[in-house]
Amino acid sequence: MEATNHIAFIVAAYAAAIAVVGGLTAWVMLDYRAQRRKLADLEMRGVTRRSAPMRRPEPTMEKEEA
Amino acid sequence: MAIADLANPSRFLRFANRTIPWLGGLTVVAFAFGINQAMVAPDDYQQGATVKIMFLHVPGAWLGTLGWGVMTIAALGTLVWRHPLADVTAKAAAPIGAAFTLLCLVTGSLWGRPMWGTYWVWDARLTSVLILFLLYLGVIALWRTVEDPSRAARAAAILTLVGAIDLPIIKFSVDWWNTLHQPASVFRFGAPTIDPSILIPLFIMTVAFTLAFATLLLAAMRNEILRRRVRTLRLMQASAAS
Repeated sequence: MEATNHIAFIVAAYAAAIAVVGGLTAWVMLDYRAQRRKLADLEMRGVTRRSAPMRRPEPTMEKEEA
Repeated sequence: MAIADLANPSRFLRFANRTIPWLGGLTVVAFAFGINQAMVAPDDYQQGATVKIMFLHVPGAWLGTLGWGVMTIAALGTLVWRHPLADVTAKAAAPIGAAFTLLCLVTGSLWGRPMWGTYWVWDARLTSVLILFLLYLGVIALWRTVEDPSRAARAAAILTLVGAIDLPIIKFSVDWWNTLHQPASVFRFGAPTIDPSILIPLFIMTVAFTLAFATLLLAAMRNEILRRRVRTLRLMQASAAS
């Protein structure tokens, strides 16, 4: 069985793997930047966990960090 | 630091910030070594060079099922202990598991065409893996549909536990039914049936993919904690303004 007969299938499979791992990596990195930017924007406007108002909107995991 | 300490989101973030660069670096090294070993591995006596697709297909299948396994344990954490970090884990693992399941399906098709003469057959193994992929999409859709994270987490946890039935079906489908897909040759009772010259590169590639999975999961969990922090702050801001 000649490798050259099936080289296109092998290359396509490795291209798919690069697309999946690369795509996931790009997704988590871009999402991280986006969330950090949103947090920085909120902090610039003076909204921080320290400036929390008396009334909390809902129970979240934040309460464990007190 | 005890493992239980990581249940605190702030401590988890510090742990993730320290660990992700090291895990990422280790992943790159493992992939470099694994791909090198895969390229110099001999051709199979029957399947020729197409056996190199196995170095992607088997890790894809392993991580597709591992992802749902992680989500199943997290679902128990959500429903039994109602722990927010369990919700975070389940939500973060879903797209990663879905992507690796898709990789398994695509590489399987690309391997099947030259070996079986077809990209797809509706046999039990292929169909049960396709169902796993559709279950992943269902869970992701559920997370996106329900706005309140804690309600979404409970709904997704129930779907995850129901979907876990598919895992043993995938594993034993090749034993229970007459399938075109070959029986287990690596994860089986007794020794693997693959020659070490191919088994060792396969093992290294599986380790590399698993490290990639762990890195991506940690990073996605960190993002989800930050996303919830942003949501909480915005709700506080809106609450203070009203």
